Amino acid sequence: MTKSLSKGIFYALLVLFSLFFLIPFYVMVVTSLKPFDEVSIATMWQLPSAINLSSYAQAFAKLVPNFLNSLYIVIPATLISALLGSLNGYVLSKWKFKGSEWVFTALLFGMFIPYQSVLIPLIKTIQVLGLYNTIPGLVLTNVVYGIPLTTLMFRNFYASIPDSMIESAQIDGAGFIRIFRFIIIPLSITGFVVVSIWQFTNIWNEFLFAITITGSEQQPIMVALQNLAGSQIVEWNVQMAGAILAALPTMIVYIFAGRYFIQGLLAGSVKG
Amino acid sequence: MKKELGIFLGLLLALTMVLAACSSGNSGESENGSGSSDNAEGSDNGDTTLEIFSWWTAGGEANALQALLDGFESANSDIKVENAAVAGGGGSNAKAVLATRMQGEDPPSTFQVHGGAELFQWLEADSMEPLDDLYEENGWTDIFPQKVIDMNTTDGSVYGVPIDIHRGNVLFYNKQIFDEYGIEPPKTFEDFFAAADTLQENGVTPLALGDKDPFGSSSLFETVLLGVLGPEDYSKLWTGELAFDSDGVREAAETFKKMLGYINDNHSSLAWQDADQLLVDGEAAMNVMGDWAEAYFVSKGWEPNKEFGWTATPGSQGSFMIVNDSFGLPKGVENPDDVKTFLTYLGSKEGQKAFNKLKGAIPARTDVDMSEFNEYSQSAMDDFKASDSDGTLTLSLANGSAASPGFLNKFNDAVNIFVTQQDVDQFINALTKASSQIK
Amino acid sequence: MEATNTQKRDTLRQKKKPVSKDKVLAFLFLLPSLILIAVFVYGFIGWTGYVSVSNWNQLIPDMSFVGLDNFSSIFQTFRFQSDLRNMLFFTVFFIAGVVILGQFLAVLIDQKLKGESIFRNIFLFPMALSFVVTGVVWRWVLNPDTGMNIILDGLFGWTPGWYTDTTIVPTLQIGQIDFGIPLALIAVMIAAIWQMTGFSLAMYLAGLRGIPEELREAARMDGATERQIYFKVILPQLQPITFGVIVMMLHISLKIFDLIYTMTGPGANFVTDMPAVNMFETTFRGNYYAEGAAIAIVLLVLVAIFIVPYLIKSRKGEA
Repeated sequence: MTKSLSKGIFYALLVLFSLFFLIPFYVMVVTSLKPFDEVSIATMWQLPSAINLSSYAQAFAKLVPNFLNSLYIVIPATLISALLGSLNGYVLSKWKFKGSEWVFTALLFGMFIPYQSVLIPLIKTIQVLGLYNTIPGLVLTNVVYGIPLTTLMFRNFYASIPDSMIESAQIDGAGFIRIFRFIIIPLSITGFVVVSIWQFTNIWNEFLFAITITGSEQQPIMVALQNLAGSQIVEWNVQMAGAILAALPTMIVYIFAGRYFIQGLLAGSVKG
Repeated sequence: MKKELGIFLGLLLALTMVLAACSSGNSGESENGSGSSDNAEGSDNGDTTLEIFSWWTAGGEANALQALLDGFESANSDIKVENAAVAGGGGSNAKAVLATRMQGEDPPSTFQVHGGAELFQWLEADSMEPLDDLYEENGWTDIFPQKVIDMNTTDGSVYGVPIDIHRGNVLFYNKQIFDEYGIEPPKTFEDFFAAADTLQENGVTPLALGDKDPFGSSSLFETVLLGVLGPEDYSKLWTGELAFDSDGVREAAETFKKMLGYINDNHSSLAWQDADQLLVDGEAAMNVMGDWAEAYFVSKGWEPNKEFGWTATPGSQGSFMIVNDSFGLPKGVENPDDVKTFLTYLGSKEGQKAFNKLKGAIPARTDVDMSEFNEYSQSAMDDFKASDSDGTLTLSLANGSAASPGFLNKFNDAVNIFVTQQDVDQFINALTKASSQIK
Repeated sequence: MEATNTQKRDTLRQKKKPVSKDKVLAFLFLLPSLILIAVFVYGFIGWTGYVSVSNWNQLIPDMSFVGLDNFSSIFQTFRFQSDLRNMLFFTVFFIAGVVILGQFLAVLIDQKLKGESIFRNIFLFPMALSFVVTGVVWRWVLNPDTGMNIILDGLFGWTPGWYTDTTIVPTLQIGQIDFGIPLALIAVMIAAIWQMTGFSLAMYLAGLRGIPEELREAARMDGATERQIYFKVILPQLQPITFGVIVMMLHISLKIFDLIYTMTGPGANFVTDMPAVNMFETTFRGNYYAEGAAIAIVLLVLVAIFIVPYLIKSRKGEA
């Protein structure tokens, strides 16, 4: 009876909200494809008269070194923090010791702190380590502050592996490492994919550490994008092309591995 | 157990190696492949890269910097130059980046700094090398104006090489609009408000302001201070001889408030270049800005005395507010000799000419032939020399010369609040409270 | 810690020999992370706390003790008072927006309509972007001279000032500032809600899919309308999710920095300033390190007030 009517309303609502959500993407793509003389107030919402890639060429020339910096940071930081997280998650879910719950809670708190509260000491420490304005400095920072999240995700993940499996392996004489290597790791391939994708996105998008502990040459892409957008002489079409370039890797990840991305999102919310 | 511990240690070792590998892998690239990264200390710049740090990223400024760097590189092809400019109005972003880098003891090879308080803060932090020998070698003591050398000198040693002199107190106007309504360039505040009323009646925004960075409105207010107080009293503000709750400052605040009635509505979303663009587009008639705006107009195809005109800001005729950019030698750089080579070029006639012709500033050297410069710069040089001999040169606060960065920060905050609230008492209180930090 | 550990190790060794060895090893593997977190989180917070009671308000460190002076001086500034006001309103509306919109869209999508995955992906996609990209794009979309206003002007003749609007509604004088909602924040809220709604949508969708169909069936048998089922059966089931979403959004909102920094900056009259931005500028532009540290500590305490009880509660719930 009213079922088709309500379905119609649902569709209408969904389409309406979808349009709202797509506005920024539309503006980004359309503007980036226009030559500069077409980027004016009057024609902002119109489609480009012809596809023009000159703004991409400009944005590319400016951002490619930073894009590579970001890759050099993201890849090792993601791998290391995932590895540490899986070890921690394994220990904290399958080798609980007295007080391990509290240790975990204390670890987890590190995920919620405003990073401003560690910024001044962090700069000093990174400098003492000789890592200031270097890519390893940012790798280290992102690994350390990524530990709480990866630990949480792996711990939640390992909680679903029955303890009986561990126990029977122990009876067979397997120890801590053998169990990790031959039982846990094979079972946590999905876990690694999920955590890696999530960390990749987080670290790629990170801004505060990047802006405080790198100067010009080692800057990752987000800082470079902000710089590009901050200098008034850079035209909107180039800024938008830059924004697309900066967002490209995480967008690709989402398009091809959206399922894991969402799993990560769910696993990273405290209750597992 | 032993075996497992071994695996554990092995893992740790692997981790360290990954870190080390990506560290050396990276430095290898940025270093022309010379693989001497065993020395973990400090930056990984090879000894042939000169990192020039500035906030010249826009239009005429960026072109001027490029001309300087090109000139230097063609004369010194063995030294590789890296342009490390950071965007953001008035250099506020760049200064934050610089502060963290200096804190991190990873200074750029040389950096743009305003002579005066902004340079002196680095001396307090013991971060700069003196350049007395360089001055002597090049005979600069006689060639740079004394006032400008003073801005770069503490305790008898000089720490910065001035590259340019900008004027802070300039009012630019769209000539076509002024001609259309028969407006003469305003010399006094009275003239200014009369002109502004005429413009407003005709639907033209009288005064363009871009204060997305608080720098925009702070620059305007300091010219009002200069105009109301005169050069002598204005300078006393920075020595503590004149208090911020004095009548003169209050009058300046009232005048500033009145001026704010004539600005564009969207000022808080605009940078200073956007405000100048309003003149170019014919939407606004006047803009108060340092004469780097002149370079912006030129980069937009405008010519001095054709499309745009200029005069000193109201009440400040005859005085010249100096905004001087200098470059120095930070302690702990790996290639001090290269930096000195660069500074020598920067102080040379050739370097100053190449840079300033595009920058819209006048050379810091007084012996550069001005005939190749445009009409605006020639008049600025005349004004500078006249003001120098009259003793009416003043320092700019908004550009970091007159008072400490700490005071400037509070001053900017107070101006930002005032532009919206326009509460004179509150404004004067905030300034008076902050004034203990001028030094 | 070391002592109790050895003790425990001893007692364990007496009970179950082979396990205890592994337990030690397990702890050893955990140790590097624990040390890193102990230093980089707790040690650094202590260090920042130390800076916040020092006199380091210029470039050169001066660690002499000044008590709570820095705290009292930041609380007296117009800027920090504005920050607290902005943070309060931003947090309330941002969380409400994300929770309500996310739940609403989740329920719509859960109707088993055709093409639901397309809609779901459209709403989730912004989650993959960085706040920097969001800031750069929305700054243009909501620029009062370009962007949305061209369309709004054409349709309704309405051109709001968005993030340049300095109006505060209502205007109640508290301390130095006008207390009320700064309208400029609405622009920032729109961008933030646009970005984070995907999060709550995904959480709610997972929650909705987890509600067994029998529950709805049973309610239907009892003669409940779809509407009643939603409000009486479904909503209560989603409550723990709402709680989780609120906590996650709360800490994002209190920490917000990137979006403000790229989209609006502190704004005229500090209508879009936030403590995290103020801390950054105070510390690294003004060289007021101690005051910056004090702002950071206040921010940390605010986050901790909400997060610590939640963490403790969720631990206890599990044990």
